[in-house]
Amino acid sequence: MTMAKKIETTQELPLQDDAAGITVDPQEISKFAAMAEEWWDPLGKFKPLHQLNPVRICYIRDHLAKRHNRDITRNLPLEGLTILDIGCGGGLLSEPLTRLGAQVTSIDASHRNIEIARLHAEETGLVMDYRHMTAEDLVETGARFDAVINMEVIEHVADVEAYSSSCAALVKPGGVMFGSTLNRTTKSYLLAIVGAEYLLRWVPRGTHEWNKFLRPSEFVDLLRRNGLVTQDIMGMVYNPLRDKWFQDAKDLDVNYMLVAEKPL
Amino acid sequence: MSEKDLTVEVLVVGGGLVGLTLGVALASAGLEVAVIDREPPGSQKAAPFDGRSSAIALGSQRVFEQIGLWQGMSWAAEAIQHIEITDGQIDRGASSLSMSYDFRDVGNVPMGWIVENRAIRLATHEKAARLSNLHHLAPHSLARLERNKRGVNAQLDDGRNLSASLVIGADGRNSQLRKEAGIKVAETDYHQNGIVCTVVHEKPHKGVAFEHFLPSGPFALLPLPDSEEGVHRSSLVWSEKRELADDYLALDNTGFAAELHRRFGQALGDFTVTDMRWSYPLSSLHAERYTDLRLALVGDSAHGMHPIAGQGLNLGLRDVAALAEVIVDARRAGLDIGSVQVLEDYARWRRFDNVLLLGAMDGLVKLFSNDLAPLRIARDLGLATVDKLPPVKRFFMKHAMGIVGDLPRLMRGESL
Repeated sequence: MTMAKKIETTQELPLQDDAAGITVDPQEISKFAAMAEEWWDPLGKFKPLHQLNPVRICYIRDHLAKRHNRDITRNLPLEGLTILDIGCGGGLLSEPLTRLGAQVTSIDASHRNIEIARLHAEETGLVMDYRHMTAEDLVETGARFDAVINMEVIEHVADVEAYSSSCAALVKPGGVMFGSTLNRTTKSYLLAIVGAEYLLRWVPRGTHEWNKFLRPSEFVDLLRRNGLVTQDIMGMVYNPLRDKWFQDAKDLDVNYMLVAEKPL
Repeated sequence: MSEKDLTVEVLVVGGGLVGLTLGVALASAGLEVAVIDREPPGSQKAAPFDGRSSAIALGSQRVFEQIGLWQGMSWAAEAIQHIEITDGQIDRGASSLSMSYDFRDVGNVPMGWIVENRAIRLATHEKAARLSNLHHLAPHSLARLERNKRGVNAQLDDGRNLSASLVIGADGRNSQLRKEAGIKVAETDYHQNGIVCTVVHEKPHKGVAFEHFLPSGPFALLPLPDSEEGVHRSSLVWSEKRELADDYLALDNTGFAAELHRRFGQALGDFTVTDMRWSYPLSSLHAERYTDLRLALVGDSAHGMHPIAGQGLNLGLRDVAALAEVIVDARRAGLDIGSVQVLEDYARWRRFDNVLLLGAMDGLVKLFSNDLAPLRIARDLGLATVDKLPPVKRFFMKHAMGIVGDLPRLMRGESL
C-alpha cells in the first residue's frame, strides 16, 4: 500500500517577509521557538515529514557515498562534500546531513522557516549555514555545490522552468541533483489529495494541487533540458504495519525521488 | 564535571546476557556505549553464579556470529540434531504417540544449540573488554537517572556523571528503569519452580534434546558437550509444583537421581548428579509498553516467560537485533537515536512478535500441565497430528529456530 504524504515548507507558513536583513523582536523569537519545537516533534504536525525523512536521507547518503567511494558504516561518510538544501524548512534534512559530515548550505524563501531552523541548530549545537534567500538569488553569488537537494518543493513552485534552471545552475559540473515530488496519477490523486488531505488530515487541505504534480518522465525531461542526466528513480511506499516508509524501485505511482548528474 | 565523567551515545543498564550482548552489538557498529553491570566480572564467570544453560536458536546463533561472540562460546555449544517431544506420566514412561523434530526436515543446519550461560558470559565479557568504545562499568550501579527531551543524565554510585542520547533497560524482571518510567506489567505466576542442574549420564545423547511433558510441568534434558574427561552431560530443566520443588531439591544426590529416572526412564543409562542444583520460581511477565522518553526495554525487563520452549533468551536476542538495527540505522542517517520515532519503530517491530509467542507459550503450559484424561488424549492426538503434517511441522520448527517473520538483519545472518 502506498500513501502520499506531504508537508510543505514554504507554503505551510505564509510568505510575509521581505528582505533577509529583517530585525526580529524578542517576542517573535519565543514564537519561533515554539514553532521550532513543533517542526521537530516527530509525532506533531510534521509527523509525515519526519517519517519520510530517513528514506530520503538514506537515498542521498547512499548515492553520494557510492560516487565518492565512502563507507556508510564509518563516521562522517559525507565529510568534505558541499550540499545545498533548497526549501530547507526547519532543517529536517540539513541537520542530519551535517552530522554525516557534509558542509550544508540551507536556503528557504520563508524568513520564518530560517529563524526556526537557526533556533533549533542552536539547541542541538550544530554549526549550520541557514540563509533566507531563493535559488535564483544564490545563483547570482556564483556558489556551486557537489549536490543540490530539491525535494518536495517543485510541486509548489509557480514558475517551474525558471526555478529548475536556477537549481541546475547551482550544481557543480560532475555534481548531482536530488529531486523528489509526487506523480500525477489517479492513485496519487486518491492518496495524496483525497486520502492525506481530506480523510486522514495528515496535511492541511490545499497543501497540494494535483495538476502541479510531475510524472517521472516530465521530471526527467525537465532536468534534461537543464543539462542534467537522470541516473536513478526510486519510489517511496508506506508500510502501515510497520508505520514506516520504504524505498521501492517498482512503485513510482505516488511519492518518488530521483538523482541526476551534471556531466563534466 | 570530573575528569572521569563519561559522554556516550547509548547507556545500557544491566550487564546480563542480553544487556552486554546489546552493548557489544552497538559498540561493534561504532557507537560509544556504556554498560552498567552490578556484578563483579569475576563472579559471573564462576559456575555457582548460575547453573543454567540456554537454548540458542539458529536465529540467535546468527546474532552472536555477526557480532563476533559465537567464536568465544562455540567450544561450549552442543548442536541440537533432533528434538524428542513426548507426553507422559511419572513411572509410566513416554506415551506411544510423540512428536520428533529433526533438523534435516528444514535444511542442513542444526535447529539450535545448548550453551551453558557461563560460556556466553565469558564470551561477552572478553569481547566487551576488547572494544575500546564499550565502557563496561562493573561492579557499579546507578545512583540517579534523569531522562529529558534532550537526553539522559545519570550518576554512578561512585559519583561519576554519565550522559547519553538513550538509555536501555536491560535490568531484568524487576527492572528499576521500567518501574521508574511507570510502565505497568501483566504477570502470570505458574505456581511452578524450575529446577536446573547438569546431569551426567552413562550413554551419549547423540545431540538429542528430550522434552517430556509431565502433569506437573515439562521435564527437559538438553544435550551439552562432553566434558574434557569425555563424560556425557545434559542440562536439566525440570518444572515442578512449587511446594514439591524444594523437597526434591533437598534430596541427596542418589535420591535426586532416582527421581529423575522415575520421570525420564533409562534411555541415557544411569544418571549422576552433584549438589550444584538451583530452583527458580516460574512466571511470565509482559510490559504494557517497551519504551518511554529516551528509554527502551529489552529482554526480561520487557517480557519474561516460562522456559517451556527455551525461548526466553532467544526473544531477548530478537530485541537486541531489532533495537541495534533501528539505532544503528538512525545514527547512520544522522538522526537522533533517542527520538520517539526510533523507539516507536523498535516497539512496533517487537511487540507483535512477543505477544504472539507469550500467548502461545502460556496456552502450551496450561495444556500440558494437567492430568485430565480427555486433555491427555487430545494433546497426544495433537502431537501426533503435527508430526504427520510436514508443512505445519516445518513452520513450527522454523519458528522455534527463530528464522521466520520480519527478521532483523542480524538474525538473517547479515551485518548491521
